[in-house]
Amino acid sequence: MNAWANIRTITKRELGAYFSSPLAYVFIVIFLLLCGFFAFAVQPTLLDRGQASLSATFFFWHPWFYLFLVPAVGMRLWAEERRVGTIELLLTMPITAWQAIVGKFLASWLFLGVALALTFPVVITVNYLGSPDNGIILAGYVGSWLMAGAYLAVSCITSAMTRTQVVSFIISVVICLFLILAGFAPVVRLLEHSTNTWLVDLVTSFSVITHFESFQKGVLDSRDIIFFLSVILFSLFCTSVILRGHRAG
Amino acid sequence: MIKVHNLARFFGTKRAVDGVSFSVDRGEVLGFLGPNGAGKSTTMRMITGFIAPSAGSVTVGGFDIVEHPIQARRLIGYLPENAPAYTDMTVYGFLNFAAEIRGLRGDARKQAVNRVVETCFLESVLHQSVETLSKGYRHRTCFAQSIIHDPDVLVLDEPTDGLDPNQKHEVRQLIRRMGKNKAIVFSTHILEEVDAACTRAIIIDRGRIVANGTPEELRQKSEWAGAITLRVAGIKAADLSQKLNQLPMVRQTAILKEESGSVTVRVFPRSSHTGVLAGSIADAAKSWRIEELHTEEGRLDEVFRNITMPDTANKEKK
Ligand SMILES: Nc1ncnc2c1ncn2[C@@H]1O[C@H](COP(=O)(O)OP(=O)(O)OP(=O)(O)O)[C@@H](O)[C@H]1O
Ligand SMILES: [Mg+2]
Repeated sequence: MNAWANIRTITKRELGAYFSSPLAYVFIVIFLLLCGFFAFAVQPTLLDRGQASLSATFFFWHPWFYLFLVPAVGMRLWAEERRVGTIELLLTMPITAWQAIVGKFLASWLFLGVALALTFPVVITVNYLGSPDNGIILAGYVGSWLMAGAYLAVSCITSAMTRTQVVSFIISVVICLFLILAGFAPVVRLLEHSTNTWLVDLVTSFSVITHFESFQKGVLDSRDIIFFLSVILFSLFCTSVILRGHRAG
Repeated sequence: MIKVHNLARFFGTKRAVDGVSFSVDRGEVLGFLGPNGAGKSTTMRMITGFIAPSAGSVTVGGFDIVEHPIQARRLIGYLPENAPAYTDMTVYGFLNFAAEIRGLRGDARKQAVNRVVETCFLESVLHQSVETLSKGYRHRTCFAQSIIHDPDVLVLDEPTDGLDPNQKHEVRQLIRRMGKNKAIVFSTHILEEVDAACTRAIIIDRGRIVANGTPEELRQKSEWAGAITLRVAGIKAADLSQKLNQLPMVRQTAILKEESGSVTVRVFPRSSHTGVLAGSIADAAKSWRIEELHTEEGRLDEVFRNITMPDTANKEKK
């Protein structure tokens, strides 16, 4: 299929761009250090619990790591393209804007997947310490990757809105923070005190944390998967609307 | 191949392009001239489908750029203004990417890349990162990208900007050569390029086409076109112009220079007599010592000034 060939070409180029810049390696190192630090040095740690679960020590922190790391990965996607002017090349090639958007998104998402996969020593450690349910761990990884995709798609929107990467970064951190806080226990408690339950349900249903939790328990609920996928699709759609807006007459 | 009909584009309330129509056939090279901010780049961006027209239409090879953008863009090679290129790639990687996204695979891709590397003299920087290229080389790289799929239609926004004189010459030759079986539009601020490469030129000013014709036709618009410059020795300026003014074909004379031994004068013919003026001057001037006599062709830069800045041009004359 032609569309897939185009998307693959774009994805390949973008991936190349990531790995040819030192920033990518810096990103991966920071991510791994954070994961390692929080898993082994922050209470409760992986070691002193001796428990065969990654939920509280490892996956618990991911929404917060991603809050800063994913917008940093996504901020250059369109902002850089607009600043340098290559967007004029890209969007006058015989491909649709949608193919370009999906291709770029996939590249960054794969990149995040690589970073996530490199945390495998943590999995080895828990297997060494005890006998965990590796199915649950895998589900956690899938959920984590989907969540990263949702953040990333939001960063795509903010990146398309501006030529300045920093501005894109700040705006998407704010939006992602909302996606977290909507399900963050203290905030939810506060909401429960002040408003009625259906509103609390509505707000928490937008939270990545609520949807991520069931993955950590090893449950692959289709509703959670659909939630993340629809955030991604909706955000990419918004990106295409914004890009069209720049060019409209 | 390219048909532009009543094209217009507003930025806010500002009219960048305002009712531009023209067409370019295969075998034609159209030069796009105009002062800064005239709307050249904006027009080209609409032809290539980068920005949407506010009004009017563009068709390329029969495909409307808004209705059938993909088919139309397949036919186009485009060099945007300032020659953007992915700075995180090498020249080789960039050209391969361009070829691939144009649908060239395997051997076809290799051949295409080799061909443009040769035509654009990129051999020496092939494995250098685009980021570290000099401006001229970056320009050539982006130009190479635009011809990699041997397109039927080429849209080049200031293709010789930033090139050294040799490369400018090469690119002009290339445009001329490719123009034999393609439709090419290119914009430039260098008027010699119109003569060197174009079969036709359009001057655009404040979003409107103000002149459209072959380079010769444009030159005819010059006041000098057909005028004769004459240097005569051993005669007073007043006497010379009086004698010249008596000739029936002469509309006006202007003394350009009066030196100790000779006078240089420019003679403007009445409009119907352009061709024969030289002969009649030669007849009348048998007794003069003519040191120099030549017919002015008219100069594009003067035409350009007159058309795009009529007020200042007139003021300068006075
Ligand atoms: N994105 C934009 N937003 C607002 N105004 C714009 C935009 N792009 C172009 N313009 C305006 O449109 C007009 C035409 O610009 P354009 O770039 O087409 O000029 P040009 O003929 O290419 O000039 P130059 O010779 O300097 O390249 C200018 O007044 C410019 O300021
Ligand atoms: Mg321009």
